[in-house]
Amino acid sequence: MSSLPQILFLLVLGASGYILYKRISYLRQTILLGKPLARNDRPRERWKTMALVAFGQKKMFKRVGPALLHLIIYVSFVVINLEVLEFIIDGLAGTHRIFAPFLAGFYTLAMNVFEVLALGVLISCVAFLVRRNGMKVPRLSSAELKGWPKLDANLILWIEIVLMLAILTMNASDQLLAYRGVEGYIPLGGLWISSSLQGLFDGLSSSTLLLVERGAWWFHILGILGFAIYVTYSKHLHIFLAFPNTWYANLEPQGKIPNMEVVTQEVKSMLGLQATPEPTDQADIGRFGAKDVPDLSWVQVMNAFSCTECGRCTAECPANLTGKKLSPRKIMMDTRDRAEEISRANAAGKDGVNDGKSLLGDYISQEEINACTSCNACVEACPVNIDPLSIILELRRYTAMEESGSPAQWNAMFQNIETSFAPWKFPPTDRFNWAAKVNQEDTKPTTNE
Amino acid sequence: MSNTYQVPTMAQKAAAGETPEVLFWVGCAGSFDERYQAVTLAFTKILTKVGINFAVLGEEETCTGDPARRAGNEFLFQMQAISNIQVLDGYGIKKIVTACPHCFNTLKNEYPALGGNYEVMHHSQFLQGLIQEGKIVMKGGGEYKGKRITFHDSCYLGRANNVYEAPREIIKALDMELVEMKRCRSKGLCCGAGGAQMFKEPEKGNKDINVERTEEALQTGAKTIAVGCPFCLTMMSDGVKNKEQEKQVQVLDLAELIARDQGLSG
Repeated sequence: MSSLPQILFLLVLGASGYILYKRISYLRQTILLGKPLARNDRPRERWKTMALVAFGQKKMFKRVGPALLHLIIYVSFVVINLEVLEFIIDGLAGTHRIFAPFLAGFYTLAMNVFEVLALGVLISCVAFLVRRNGMKVPRLSSAELKGWPKLDANLILWIEIVLMLAILTMNASDQLLAYRGVEGYIPLGGLWISSSLQGLFDGLSSSTLLLVERGAWWFHILGILGFAIYVTYSKHLHIFLAFPNTWYANLEPQGKIPNMEVVTQEVKSMLGLQATPEPTDQADIGRFGAKDVPDLSWVQVMNAFSCTECGRCTAECPANLTGKKLSPRKIMMDTRDRAEEISRANAAGKDGVNDGKSLLGDYISQEEINACTSCNACVEACPVNIDPLSIILELRRYTAMEESGSPAQWNAMFQNIETSFAPWKFPPTDRFNWAAKVNQEDTKPTTNE
Repeated sequence: MSNTYQVPTMAQKAAAGETPEVLFWVGCAGSFDERYQAVTLAFTKILTKVGINFAVLGEEETCTGDPARRAGNEFLFQMQAISNIQVLDGYGIKKIVTACPHCFNTLKNEYPALGGNYEVMHHSQFLQGLIQEGKIVMKGGGEYKGKRITFHDSCYLGRANNVYEAPREIIKALDMELVEMKRCRSKGLCCGAGGAQMFKEPEKGNKDINVERTEEALQTGAKTIAVGCPFCLTMMSDGVKNKEQEKQVQVLDLAELIARDQGLSG
């Protein structure tokens, strides 16, 4: 037998590995545009969150229908990819179904399980295509999905459909060849799903069938390698990033906004509670809040790359539901797109950060961030624990503290707090006036009755 | 004995060498908002009637800084927080109860990072505790018996701090029929006032959030909408007025419901 296919396979595998390595390095660099943030506390709780939310898909099940279809695709992805191991060994060693003789009956069972899952994926992907394009699900047809995001979503579904068809075609032709006694092909005793496709290929000569089988094999493995590379350009990155993203998720109560230590030092010295802080490297302090991606933390940037644009956040957002411009999903998409813009320019030897553009202003508008009620519905809704609210807050901090650009009514509220110690303009001396309204009769203790 | 009952302040207690069991943090809305003053009064009356050794800060209380922080003004927030912590620690306060989920969240979750560590309870939790201990025995019956009521989850009580049961336990004790809205508990829809929205006009849209939420509340058929937050109270009351239902539908705070049950008139 010629070893040409083996050499070709090795080349393809090597090239894909190299491209993937480059893409992963690029993504890593892009995510690390964000500021350092140590979030390694409470590891037990973090593993548990990851196990429940990413591995266990806990939050997906807030919507049972899509959750079940998604679960089928997810389980199949994990399980069917076990077969890729065999593909790679076969491809490199020039063998065919190398595990079959060792695993015997179990191998047949495994193939049958793969086939059932493949059929499940086919059905789920078709259902998702219909749902995404035929039914008017608001979160799947919003403005921010126009263009590439919509195409990306559909491409992924089509690729999965085609890959599953390739597996079934391969198995059907493979088993026909085995029954005809063609050398190297191993009868597996009837595969549950692909056997019903055999009628399509029965009329073909063994040599044509061999082409079909090899074609499907190559198509499938090339498809998988291609898909792996495609994922790094796609919203579909969540299949990997969901895991670190849930591990590094915020474990504090959702209502808690993290303290800005830099501000604490200044405020304490203003109030005479501690000595004025040493004027350390002013350049290192950076700006208050965030204007652009490098002002965010790396976890926030990772959040953006973990987003698969499902829009559950936006569907729950009270501002978006009532026609305001804010969409938490768009906040994440903008953050990712801006991070990539910076990273691409950096890679091309330019200064991506100082290109005259910024996340706030060129991507996200004041109108959007001003509409947020900080209600945490988006955070609660996200199946992979993304926190759009934390980004909105950083943008607001920049606006308020660096630009004094908050809405006029907020500036008035700030002033009221400064001068009257309440957000409304009441004299502080009136604060206790309510107490005069408590009557004696109402307040007799009942304890000694 | 004077005719007017004096709400005890921390300053008085300290002067008398007493340490009250709990500080009632009234909040800006509870102090100044005319409608929410009724809630402050209702809660004060309940505390007094039950014989809780409490006090308020009176004129020494100032804004927790919540709206400033959420609008992005971290400086102002920390100025408020650090000053408040000085006052609270000056009186050696250990335990705080408040009827405002925003104050509750800030005092409980955000003051510790600035050195203020207290046991903080929302009044719904405090009141539920009193009911559980048998210190408040609901009379039940009366005009509310078996009547439909719905509860609006406040973001800063629910999602922000996972307090979902205490308010519902109170309603259960009232002998009323609780009908949940479609979006409740962790899926509860905001009233529209959080994140400092209370202090500005909403951004351009096709509907006000409080109207959307009120419509949902009205769909339950309940004639009473219970809330546990001053901002939610304002937003839901405005929503009810917008729907011209103010004659039929009441928006009441949990403390007011209990006070009415106990015959503590407003």
